[in-house]
Amino acid sequence: MNDDRKYVIRVVIILVAVIFSVKLFFIQIIDDNYKAAAENNIIHKIVEYPYRGLIFDRNHKLVVHNEPIFDLMVVPKEVYIPDTVAFCKLFGITQEEFDESMSKAKKFSYIQPSQFIKQISNEWFASIADQMTEFRGFYPKARTIRGYNFENLGNVLGYIGEINQRQLKADTTKYYKSGDYMGITGLESSYEEVLRGKRGVMYKMVNVRGVDQGSFKNGQLDTLSVPGENLTLSIDLELQQYAERLMKGKIGSVVAIEPSTGEILAFVSAPSYEPTLLSGRNFSQNYKKLTQDSLKPLFNRPLMAMYPPGSIFKIVQALIGLEEGVITANEQVYCDHSLIGDHAPQGYYDIRKGIMYSSNNYFLKLFRRIINQNPELSQFEQAPIGLKKWEKRMNSFGLGTPLGVDLPSEKSGLVPSPELYNRIYGTGRWKVSNLSSLSIGQGETLLNPIQMANLAVIMANRGHYYRPHMVKSVGNSHYLDPYYKEKIETGISAQHFPVVIQGMQDALRGTAGRALLQDVEICGKTGTVENPHGEDHSTFMAFAPKDDPKIAISVYVENAGWGGRAAASISSLLIESYLKGEVKRKWLEDYVLKGDFLD
Amino acid sequence: MVLIYFAMVILGWVNIYAAVYDEELANNILSLDYNPGKQLIWIGTSIMIIIALISLDYKFFDSFAYIIYGVVLFLLLAVLLFGREVAGSTSWFELGGFRFQPSEFSKFATALALAKYLGDINVKMDNLKTQLIAVGIFVLPMILIVLQGDTGSAMVFAAFSIVLFREGISPIYFIVGIGLIILFVVSLLVSKTIIFIVAGVACLVVIGASVKHPKRIAITAIVAFAVFATVTSVDFLMKNVLKPHQRSRVISLINPDADPLGAGWNVTQSKIAIGSGGFFGKGFLEGTQTKFDFVPEQSTDFIFCTLGEEQGWLGSMVMITLFVVLLIRISVIAERQKSRFARIYGYGVLSVIFFHFAVNIAMTIGLFPVIGIPLPFFSYGGSSLWSFTTLLFILLALDANRMNVLVR
Repeated sequence: MNDDRKYVIRVVIILVAVIFSVKLFFIQIIDDNYKAAAENNIIHKIVEYPYRGLIFDRNHKLVVHNEPIFDLMVVPKEVYIPDTVAFCKLFGITQEEFDESMSKAKKFSYIQPSQFIKQISNEWFASIADQMTEFRGFYPKARTIRGYNFENLGNVLGYIGEINQRQLKADTTKYYKSGDYMGITGLESSYEEVLRGKRGVMYKMVNVRGVDQGSFKNGQLDTLSVPGENLTLSIDLELQQYAERLMKGKIGSVVAIEPSTGEILAFVSAPSYEPTLLSGRNFSQNYKKLTQDSLKPLFNRPLMAMYPPGSIFKIVQALIGLEEGVITANEQVYCDHSLIGDHAPQGYYDIRKGIMYSSNNYFLKLFRRIINQNPELSQFEQAPIGLKKWEKRMNSFGLGTPLGVDLPSEKSGLVPSPELYNRIYGTGRWKVSNLSSLSIGQGETLLNPIQMANLAVIMANRGHYYRPHMVKSVGNSHYLDPYYKEKIETGISAQHFPVVIQGMQDALRGTAGRALLQDVEICGKTGTVENPHGEDHSTFMAFAPKDDPKIAISVYVENAGWGGRAAASISSLLIESYLKGEVKRKWLEDYVLKGDFLD
Repeated sequence: MVLIYFAMVILGWVNIYAAVYDEELANNILSLDYNPGKQLIWIGTSIMIIIALISLDYKFFDSFAYIIYGVVLFLLLAVLLFGREVAGSTSWFELGGFRFQPSEFSKFATALALAKYLGDINVKMDNLKTQLIAVGIFVLPMILIVLQGDTGSAMVFAAFSIVLFREGISPIYFIVGIGLIILFVVSLLVSKTIIFIVAGVACLVVIGASVKHPKRIAITAIVAFAVFATVTSVDFLMKNVLKPHQRSRVISLINPDADPLGAGWNVTQSKIAIGSGGFFGKGFLEGTQTKFDFVPEQSTDFIFCTLGEEQGWLGSMVMITLFVVLLIRISVIAERQKSRFARIYGYGVLSVIFFHFAVNIAMTIGLFPVIGIPLPFFSYGGSSLWSFTTLLFILLALDANRMNVLVR
């Protein structure tokens, strides 16, 4: 009577077998996750980090190198510490830090090494290596950090840091992995791709305890690491060091450029910081301190600070006026003080004299002619047309747009457009008198110091420039991006330059007597920038020697009063140092170092 | 039948070889220090057992069934007192360098005793006393084995209920039993309140539909109470009856990611190994997961991982087919027996092998909590191989003499 039950039993057996077959079909054939998980299990990618490229100055002085450091790794399963207090003391950590690191390591894995203490210096490690034998389960892992031979160039070089989540996401090449180090600012960032080299990868098979079981697929997929390329900077370290010394205790910037190439010879943002502060163990501590400093040492002034240019801007007005044909080189213009306050005496002025004495009234009159070129129209109609023309001319001088310097965060400055005034006053409701302060480098116009230096380059080259750059060449092949070899014309005819340059040369006898240097013809222009918040800013741009310019320079010193004092003195000393190799005017040096420019 | 047996044993050995294969050991892997070498000895001794069993008078099993059962019970008791503790279970005897598990032998002994008892012509399956005694025969060794701490092996004895089913016990028991198991699992997955609401609504609907049948209402009430009791006892069962490691195995079955490096490790790694096998597998000795020890217990309880990874779905199918053919074949053999004793014994064999097969595979692919029971004929281990060999070949010995029964 129960014979049919044998079929029930057989059906159940077959049913179970079918369930197994289907389930196996799913996990073995349809679901790929298991295959991936299996690979993750056995294949350990061992990354070989290449040496980061070294950085030299233009005279082949080593500026940045790699320093070996050690990360202390821990394998929690093997840990044996007879005396935790002694351990903490040896490594200079607190009990809490110890507990935190240990529990983090345990959470990660009991059997695989994880970072316990980061970045122990080579010397320190050597001094504690003997005592370390008391503790089991800790291993040193060698790494490198950036080492610096000089305390200069902080803002130029930048620093390296662990990549963050946002940067990881932004990395479209998928090169970086979490925990990688990359250049964050400065040259380390802008030349990251050449400096970092190429990571090598070895695929190793490991068993469940992480023990090496040989290479995967006989190493077919392995790649060797390629060390990063070295950089040769255009910076002249000696000049840089001298410039930094002169700027000590001041706020401002110095940019010196070789006019014939656009190579940056010196680049100072004052105050700055020592690059070693942002390398190694105390990075986060120092970084915090630097960000909280009210003098903003991390702010890269030559590129990021935007200042009113002041009177140095008159040079540009002069050239635009000549090119537009609204004035000739020798036209005498009578100037009294009726239009605007002025330090220059009343009398007849031409371009050369206008520059020499930095006559505000002369340049305001010139500016009006530039703007109002269409006498048949009303002033309100003329102003936007004239300003548009002016703005275009400005842009051709590399103003109002970034110059393309090979450093991150370059600001474009501000060249006001008709649209700006339309917004301020309303369309058709402003005329040249609303723009007066533009003529003398006050008002809305803002330049960053490197643009000012580039103006000096344009003067030196009589009408063209090369994009300023910090790196002279990359690697052993001395490669330089063609972008930096391109000659950029300003559209100002060469014939207009001599008279302006003559004015600049005479200016040293006019407004910048301190900058005079025996045997060297320096052409310069002072600027005293009105500062509603405090003392005026002192600025100076110059190039020298007059006939075969080797150096173009701009100096900007905040709250230092007259351009003819602080800025002109510093420029002159740097020109002397660069061209003559030594500074003989100790009195001037002392004057600058003393830093007391206000009467 | 014998062919299937040898096919399985050889396949099993090959897999054990693969499971522990290591290039450095390639030359002496057959030495007695390693599992494949030892397994060769077990296979050899198994063949001796086969010869002994076949040459024994078939009447021996019938006559000595209770005695063998008694001896095994005694051994189970003895091992509790004098046994050696291995991995939390005192289920091993150790004689010299040689260990064996009496619980393995209790399987065929119990099958014999059950067959002997139910084979008596005077025994009627629908008698409650008969049912109790029959259940008692396999529950007794089960309890002893649970006491040894080897819950997995003990659970095997529950499989003997298949025998009772074949012999005509009321299917109600099975329906209720399976119902309770389903309820148990559901209550682990779903919140209790939901179950109560669903059950309550169902209950009211049934009662509403059967107002005129008081008996149905009574049954519904009883079922409802049983549901209520089971669901509320789940927590108690989980917390107080199951040991922590058993509880975590149940939890990790339901949610393998709960503790992937702890309780879930075995199953996760086992599934990874099997799942990475693909259709054709990675090839003999090419399994990476098993070779590099990611799967624990890979030559014993998790031997299927090696097969699944190296031979893929195809290999797994071959193995499952072998088992299905074997089990159906045992059923056919059992059915053609003239004596009730031999038939019932046959189903005992079927029950045990089926249970092992089903539960072992199910646990490696994450369909069942991990309980440490071997895959018959495949897993490494002397006791289990001997045990399954004995189980199977006693049946074959009986089958060979089935005509003689008719003569008597």
